[in-house]
Amino acid sequence: MFEIIGERINGLFVDIREAIANKDPKPIRDWAVKQAEAGSYWLDVNTGPVASKEEQAEIMAWLVKTAQEAVELPCCIDTTNWTAMEEGLKVHKGKALINSTTAEMAKMEALFPMAANYGAAIVALTMNEKGVPKSAEDRLALAMELVAYADGYGISPVDLYIDPLVLPVNVAQEHGPEVLEALRQVKLLSNPAPKTTCGLSNISQKAPNRPLINKTFLAMAMVCGLDSAVMDACDDDLVDTAATASIILNQSIYCDSYIKVFRQK
Amino acid sequence: MAVNIIKERWTSKVAEESYGPSELKVGGESTLPFMQFEGEIPYRPVTSLEVFDMEPQDWPDMLKEPFKDVLGDPIAWAKKVVELGADMVTLRLMSAHPDWKNASAAEVANTAKAVAEAIGDVPLIVLGCGVEEKDGEILPVVAEALEGKKVLIGCVTANNYKSITAASNGYGHNVIASSPLDINLCKQLNILINEMGLPLNRIAFDPLVGALGYGIEYAYSIMERARMGALTGDKTLATPIVAFVGQEAWKAKEAKEPNAPEWGPQADRAILWEATTAITFALAGGNIFIMRHPESVKRFNAYLDEAMKSNAY
Repeated sequence: MFEIIGERINGLFVDIREAIANKDPKPIRDWAVKQAEAGSYWLDVNTGPVASKEEQAEIMAWLVKTAQEAVELPCCIDTTNWTAMEEGLKVHKGKALINSTTAEMAKMEALFPMAANYGAAIVALTMNEKGVPKSAEDRLALAMELVAYADGYGISPVDLYIDPLVLPVNVAQEHGPEVLEALRQVKLLSNPAPKTTCGLSNISQKAPNRPLINKTFLAMAMVCGLDSAVMDACDDDLVDTAATASIILNQSIYCDSYIKVFRQK
Repeated sequence: MAVNIIKERWTSKVAEESYGPSELKVGGESTLPFMQFEGEIPYRPVTSLEVFDMEPQDWPDMLKEPFKDVLGDPIAWAKKVVELGADMVTLRLMSAHPDWKNASAAEVANTAKAVAEAIGDVPLIVLGCGVEEKDGEILPVVAEALEGKKVLIGCVTANNYKSITAASNGYGHNVIASSPLDINLCKQLNILINEMGLPLNRIAFDPLVGALGYGIEYAYSIMERARMGALTGDKTLATPIVAFVGQEAWKAKEAKEPNAPEWGPQADRAILWEATTAITFALAGGNIFIMRHPESVKRFNAYLDEAMKSNAY
């Protein structure tokens, strides 16, 4: 079953930034409900760029609590600040998704134990201190490292969401087929296979007609084994595309109301 | 080297339902049929025997034999079915059929009410005559007459579900949804019924099975597919499954034909035809088995006694 990670509760958006500044829970709740109704499986929560580490930690805990008071969905806790990550995990109900680690040793050593400790799933990016790899092979080598390290901490591949790093098609076009190939290969790394995810809207950064690019890429990536994506759950066309792709891939049983059923998880 | 027991981690389960004044429980499985080692089978599949509201016109003698004293009296027949140990009584309102007696809604509703009262706490399944239009007329009236009995009313189809669903919902009953050997239509019909406000845990679905030798494998794979869907989180397919075993098995010439020496004695093969069909569907994920011959039910129950023993490691 394809998992939508609703991207909207993010301090980069003006309304969320203002809600955080005013401690106003309403916009957070509203977006939680709206994204849940649109078929989200996870709610991404991101404080956005906020002044100090301590503030970020406190805000993350507030975002997680506020979102989970509104809906019964788990959160994808999205931050590079480990203190904020842990504060978010402390108040989270159910299984959270940590977003994210890379294949850098320091990050893996901090975040895999945290995932194991809180029983969380974790997004793992196929990059390290050298940056984003160019080829599918290099992405895969990093994915292998991530799977092996995660296993060392007792994290099952089914709780590991490998993100092969999607880059904008207008400036990094040659990455497209490499990402798709990496998605295919990641599924062969272990049994059970790791899960896969991506930041979907990266594919269309600063390009015209972003919705078309996003939904075309989503369908192609799902064919290659994409299990989830951080995406705009309220883009009806995009969600319809995910529903249709999952039907064509025989991931859920067809019926005439499949588009509606896809949103009622 | 040690052997590791492979256990699937299913994420969901079949809806748990309850029928009749006795709240007979059905469904709730969180694993494949009888795989107790990787999940729960909280309730055993249930059996029912059919009662016609008039003497059946097309039953073979062998099938009439165990009911010969009661064939013309649905109340006595229903009581006999209870005595024979069926978990549920299935009343088929055949007299409403335009080619049989074309009885009115009020007439069949009276019979249904009398039968429900005669069997006390035992849950009742009420079936129409199978003509979609007529069933759409009579079953809402029957639903009203049986208010409070929590019966399982069937069968609704894509053409007549509206009136029957509305009445069943209003008078506190459950429905059987029929679609012809097609998982996609079955799912869609469950959705349509649910959209009328009847909760999914008050629907049981009937894939319109074929018996052994007459298309059993189609129904088998549909049941399997539905169970996998239920276990992997598809709520619209997580409704218990009804198998009309007796109706189909006793249409087979291997069951009906007394004179066929090359097939051995009818008494053996007819019972085995029905029991084998039931066992096959139990292995595919069936929950409610509507049967006709008490001896087949006995054989089937003996099988279930064994299959329900836990094989957990």
